[in-house]
Amino acid sequence: MNQAAPQLPVSLAANPRLSSWVRFSDEGQVTLSPGKVEIGQGIVTALAQIAADELDVDIGRVKMVRASTAGSPNEGVTSGSLSIQQSGRAIRQACAEIRRIFLAAAADRLGVDANALEIDDGMISGPGNVQTSYWELADEISLDRDATLEAAPKAAAKRALAGQSVRRLDIPDKVFARRRFIHDYALPAMLHGRVLRPERSGATLTGLNEDGAHAVAGLVTVVRDGSFAGVVSETEEGAETALRALRKGATWSAREALPDENDLAAFLKAQPVESTIIDTRISSNTSDKLRTIRRQYTRPYIAHASIGPSCAIAQWNGDRLQVWTHSQGVYLLRADLALVLKIPVENITVEHMEGAGCYGHNAADDVALDAVLLAKAAGGRPVRVQWSRADEMTHAPFGAAMAIEIEADLDAQNEIVNWRHSIWSNGHAARPGRAAQPALLAAYELENPFPRMISTNPPQANGGGGDRNSIPLYDFPAWRIESHRLLTMPVRTSALRTLGAQGNVFAIESFLDEIATERGEDPIEFRLRHLRDDRAKDVIRATARRASWKPEKKPGTGYGIGFARYKNTGAYCAVVAEVEGEQDIRVKRLTLAVDVGEAINPDGVINQIEGGAIQATSWVLKERVRFDHEHITSSSWTDYPILRFSEVPQVVVELIQRVEIEPVGAGEAAHGPVTAAIANAVFDCLGVRIRNLPITRDSLIAAMELSS
Amino acid sequence: MPSIRFRLNGVETDVDADPDGSLLDILRGPLGLTGPHFGCGSGECGACHVIIGDRAVASCDTPLWSVANKDVTTIEGLGSAERPHPLQRAFIAEQALQCGYCVSGILMSAAALLMQNPQPTDAEVRSALDRNLCRCGSHNRMVRAVLRAAAEMAPQ
Repeated sequence: MNQAAPQLPVSLAANPRLSSWVRFSDEGQVTLSPGKVEIGQGIVTALAQIAADELDVDIGRVKMVRASTAGSPNEGVTSGSLSIQQSGRAIRQACAEIRRIFLAAAADRLGVDANALEIDDGMISGPGNVQTSYWELADEISLDRDATLEAAPKAAAKRALAGQSVRRLDIPDKVFARRRFIHDYALPAMLHGRVLRPERSGATLTGLNEDGAHAVAGLVTVVRDGSFAGVVSETEEGAETALRALRKGATWSAREALPDENDLAAFLKAQPVESTIIDTRISSNTSDKLRTIRRQYTRPYIAHASIGPSCAIAQWNGDRLQVWTHSQGVYLLRADLALVLKIPVENITVEHMEGAGCYGHNAADDVALDAVLLAKAAGGRPVRVQWSRADEMTHAPFGAAMAIEIEADLDAQNEIVNWRHSIWSNGHAARPGRAAQPALLAAYELENPFPRMISTNPPQANGGGGDRNSIPLYDFPAWRIESHRLLTMPVRTSALRTLGAQGNVFAIESFLDEIATERGEDPIEFRLRHLRDDRAKDVIRATARRASWKPEKKPGTGYGIGFARYKNTGAYCAVVAEVEGEQDIRVKRLTLAVDVGEAINPDGVINQIEGGAIQATSWVLKERVRFDHEHITSSSWTDYPILRFSEVPQVVVELIQRVEIEPVGAGEAAHGPVTAAIANAVFDCLGVRIRNLPITRDSLIAAMELSS
Repeated sequence: MPSIRFRLNGVETDVDADPDGSLLDILRGPLGLTGPHFGCGSGECGACHVIIGDRAVASCDTPLWSVANKDVTTIEGLGSAERPHPLQRAFIAEQALQCGYCVSGILMSAAALLMQNPQPTDAEVRSALDRNLCRCGSHNRMVRAVLRAAAEMAPQ
């Protein structure tokens, strides 16, 4: 058998210069520069662990540098649960190479064989008490050289920190309120800006009386370029007041109508689409088909709804521009800014600062362009722009609504002999920096506007978009998976945590449950019988064991199972949900088992799984972007409620640690399985199949009426 | 502008500002305390909670005039790395956050709860934190942290 030649990890192949990742500073520190960013997932700690392990230094010496286009490796976007996989592997390899380079130099200097040297917290020592250190040698060793693959990382058993629940490096700053968020950052002479957004998204600004805004104390300027308008003020309150005055002086034209929020499936299926066959499996024997059953599932548009609204700071210096942002991709944002401004990327520096929790492509990039456009009129002073809660809830991209239809051909024993899965949805990605046109909101509003980007889907090789997790992991003899991507986009959509996986896993796992029930077979046994992957079976068995599957049936209580391997290549996750209720469903407990391969920071993985499970519960029980024919109407927490403390289920997570298997991310593993498990538990509890999310009192009544 | 006087984190403080302006704007702006965070501006999310007297209150929709001569405590007055409040220690011990944007408001709601009810039950903690939203799903860790702090603060 041919063994594939070893290759550099993808991020290191793209950024092979070792000095771009690691530097040794005089103060006995190791400076680590990942291209991935902290978005609330704890990545900086896990990456520091990996570096400290490979270099044999105390983790306290590792200083994490925020990503900046001024010098960080370009790792694209922090998304898709890929940071451990991409940045982690690159850092592990880079540090292994650096360690080897230093050991060779130390051997030269100390006159001993490199194999006889040991490293302990950066001190390199050998026989006869000879000693030096990374920092002593740093002056004479240039890391301005490319990774070569000549050194191999340590064996798993030799790592001291990987697999340890090291405490997160950023948490003390956050509980002691040190200024870590971009929202709390202030530059000398900083001004404050606000942008006027239409109540009707995409409407054209036809008239603007600026007098009221000019009368507000502290106003620096009003900026207008086509339908883009905003104010710049000496103070934040001044900017707010001026914006209110400007809004009074604005008139807007109408725009295309929004769909019927109560019949999303009909809307999605009536639009022009681009259709793609995602996968087919052909069986020689489908002749046993006795009957076909078909089910349709939907999920609504879902908002990112971070607790902190998007914020950015921009400052011009002649034709040079500096931007501070909580974007997921500093290089990608820079590329789009260059497109809009028609200046070379070299003139722009984009630096990351932490924002509130990020669950995908939110308004972080949009507000950065807002700040850049307002700062143009600020005479070289920095301008900070923060969106309002209402703008965050109505103008940021949403996770796309989906309609999913599955047909199963069953034989005389109700075994599945063929499976057809069709998806209708807008694309799940319209991220900046990847196209010839920008993906930034204000770019569509300018006097000379760029065309509105219609969201697309990443290819299956990258995990897919609307089709993510649509290919079954089960061994059905035949299937055909098809994705219909909408070519219209009246409601703006882009990447939200899991992309299409939440909808597809909900559909597949609900339908399987239904077929198992029809067969009178235990749903866990049914799944295990159709799986060939031992890691998949292990997480299902682990959660079943932990949840004492299946607990004795009590009135008003139900139990359900859900399973998926995220993107079919990432983390395995199985969950048992326990729900109770009659008119209102309450999720009482979620018991999950997860396998991410090598868990670098087990508590970090568990924290991500817990958080994902709770967020998914919120999506399932509460969330739905609301709109009438003209407006997005869910513009506040009252109109877009999310799960509260008293509604949060108990969450139990069992982690299956596999140190010998390359690690993958955990941030998106739970959403699909939790969604399905809750829906299946609702059926167990009430005997009603909910196929349209969210599961609310209204949707329960609608489903009961349909089934009666 | 009239001057409003109140005790901010134990220090007598005079502010010359519009008395109808929001307390949050004054705290984050002229007073330079960026611990309380803006989340919604209408008292719906709890990110800006501070303690006024012994109650956790949304500072975003609290007018400045209403705190005249009162005690206002922000996260900056709760504790520091050198002298942490038991809640801050407990949030670190339980790793009780993900992004942490909501956490300063949640710490203040929890601190107010422990002032009124030093030994709350799990359900009482959840009820006290129900006005605070967390989007990352760190709720259960936060509840555990509050209970841990309460246990630590209990008289031996």
